[in-house]
Amino acid sequence: MDLDFTAGEEEFRQRARDWLAGHVPAEPLPSLETREGFAAHRAWEGELAADRWSVVSWPEEYGGQGVDIVKWLMFEEEYFAAGGPGRVSQNGINLLAPTLFDFGTDEQRARVLPPMASGEVIWVQAWSEPESGSDLASLRSTARRTSGGWLISGQKTWSSRAAFADRAFGLFRSEPYESGGTGNAKPHRGLTYLMFPLDADGVTVRPIGRLDGKPAFAELFLDDVFVPDEDVIGEPGQGWRIAMSTTGNERGLTLRSPGRFVASADRLVRQWRAHGDPADTALRDRVADAAIGARAYQLFTWANASRFAAGETIGAESSLNKVFWSEYDIALHETALDLLGAEGELADGGEWAEGYVFSLAGPIYAGTNEIQRDIIAERLLGLPKGRR
Amino acid sequence: MRFLLDDEQREFARSLDAMLTAADTPAAARAWAAGDHAPGRALWGRLADADVFALAVPEEYEGMGLLPVDMVVAFVELGRHAVPGPVVETVAAGALLSRLAELGEAAPAKRLLTALASGEAITTLGLPEGGPFALDADAAALRLTVTGGELRLASGHARVERSLDPVRRLARLRPGELLASGAPVAAASRYAADWASLATAAQALGVGLALLDRTVAYVKQRTQFGTPIGGFQAVKHRLADVLIGLEFARPLLFGAALTLDTADVAAAKAATGEAAYGAARAALQLHGAIGYTAEYDLSLWLTKARALRGAWRGPGECRRLVLSGDREAD
Ligand SMILES: Cc1cc2nc3c(=O)[nH]c(=O)nc-3n(C[C@H](O)[C@H](O)[C@H](O)COP(=O)(O)OP(=O)(O)OC[C@H]3O[C@@H](n4cnc5c(N)ncnc54)[C@H](O)[C@@H]3O)c2cc1C
Repeated sequence: MDLDFTAGEEEFRQRARDWLAGHVPAEPLPSLETREGFAAHRAWEGELAADRWSVVSWPEEYGGQGVDIVKWLMFEEEYFAAGGPGRVSQNGINLLAPTLFDFGTDEQRARVLPPMASGEVIWVQAWSEPESGSDLASLRSTARRTSGGWLISGQKTWSSRAAFADRAFGLFRSEPYESGGTGNAKPHRGLTYLMFPLDADGVTVRPIGRLDGKPAFAELFLDDVFVPDEDVIGEPGQGWRIAMSTTGNERGLTLRSPGRFVASADRLVRQWRAHGDPADTALRDRVADAAIGARAYQLFTWANASRFAAGETIGAESSLNKVFWSEYDIALHETALDLLGAEGELADGGEWAEGYVFSLAGPIYAGTNEIQRDIIAERLLGLPKGRR
Repeated sequence: MRFLLDDEQREFARSLDAMLTAADTPAAARAWAAGDHAPGRALWGRLADADVFALAVPEEYEGMGLLPVDMVVAFVELGRHAVPGPVVETVAAGALLSRLAELGEAAPAKRLLTALASGEAITTLGLPEGGPFALDADAAALRLTVTGGELRLASGHARVERSLDPVRRLARLRPGELLASGAPVAAASRYAADWASLATAAQALGVGLALLDRTVAYVKQRTQFGTPIGGFQAVKHRLADVLIGLEFARPLLFGAALTLDTADVAAAKAATGEAAYGAARAALQLHGAIGYTAEYDLSLWLTKARALRGAWRGPGECRRLVLSGDREAD
């Protein structure tokens, strides 16, 4: 058991650090939830991609450096320590790309991945529907067979960054399901996973303001939108299994790397040392807990990465991650706002304020924490399955 | 970077687990609480045979060398099985004497370390970093204490006070023969306090794991409203949170064993203490009234979780140390 990195790993870290030192914008980019900020972040993805830093873990043929999980974690640490901007392409990179690696065709990978890596095409996740949140398998949007492809219809909602993005991937019902009926008795069957452009005929995008009013997500209204066969991912009707294989990625190792929390906690601790009131031990303890939590998450992830490297798979354990980081993130930001005092109320008061609003959604998206706790209790502790 | 136990360390945990399961440690703990040290001494001998007390003792004193990761592996098992006695104090005393020898004061190590490592001498230890009481002074053959920069062999102890964990017996030591003094003593004392804190954190994690295991087993078989209570979401979610607490404390513990940095040890101690205590609160609640009885074995872990949370640096002190920060920008 050790925490030592190899010379090759340290060399990679240094290379990443040097590149970031020369490229990370000196001034923070405007919020990526605004049109102007979105464009600036898209340009930043292009800058990262030009030197193969946008998707370091991908194979070289798609724009990556083919590095393993340890180097990817190192890169993320360096990225956030350097104050790197939020990643506008994250849903494509973290959710769609792993699915295409596992289930896509060579043609799809060659067509979809390079422009994703460069930020030329920014992807959104079109899973949720107004009536289907936690019970995602109850979704009702349909895909109907037509010559050479499918016609999709229905309504999707809460699609992050859809207000300004380019293309979407989502689940559609291609075989009817009657709840309580006698035919197809499982809602998870007969779903098809496919990709479509947001500017296609029949697509209407209606931005939705999140708590602070910024259009961070959108509703999608779909009216007989044509999707060619080559944009179906995997076998038609197998969409659920294919999509679920990526939620493990989302909650597991890749969605929230420890680097982000380590960098934020370091910043908080520095602010506490500079401005904290030593007599306020209640606040001091929360600052300490932020430092402890970031280190715990970092080491937990290293342990998982070590297991991964040793050939083990990470299954339901990814639900532990999801609950931990999402609750940690809120506590971290609440502590920072309390440390700022009256200044903490300012909506444009630096990264903490925007980060706070963002953190509040963590326990809701990527599978709510209630659903994750069910998974932990049933799959990791072996408690009886309850009604869902 | 391979942040995983190796096969030998896993095997060490498995063999300790098997030995302690066979040894009926709850019975030994109950006897210890009642002042009957015989079963506890027998257990002590078996732990010594497994080299548990040699894990902070250099080979020249018949120890295993300084092996903090293996020590943590062992103490998680000691916590899981509610082993009684000054196990933390004995290992920390080993670290103290070893360090002192390294710093040029070898006489106390030469005189005492071999007996400590072999398990012959049950040892307790009082340090400025550890609060006013020493654990199990009435059972210990060797009582070491540091006060005012001096390491002394205690001449005896005051009346034994009851801990809220009946198995832990507390007493103030009376300073006796001077063994060493000066800067090396202060440095060795701080070092030993880190070992004590780390061992306590490991024991706390083990206590939390035992509480979770027992509670999961209980809620699967206890039926109310015609169904196992473990099927109710309020019960499931509470136990899921216990697991999250323990699983994120565990890497801090092993990380601290690798660095032995005071701030890292403090982070591990704070996290394991809170996680084990959270496990205890959930365990008591989910067992209902049966959990609130002394006769049910669960009580052995319930009371220990609270006591260990405060022992060898409490939550506030740990958090202060985390921020006092040797490791500023890691
Ligand atoms: C900022 C943000 C970004 C998002 N981005 C996307 C995106 O890009 N693409 C996308 O498809 N979706 C996205 N979502 C949607 C997200 O996936 C859903 O909000 C989530 O699945 C929960 O669904 P819901 O909001 O309908 O809540 P509901 O399912 O209605 O749940 C409401 C509450 O009830 C609880 N609940 C429901 N069922 C149970 C149960 N069985 N047991 C216990 N509690 C239960 C939930 O945990 C929750 O607390 C986003 C959401 C947010 C907040």
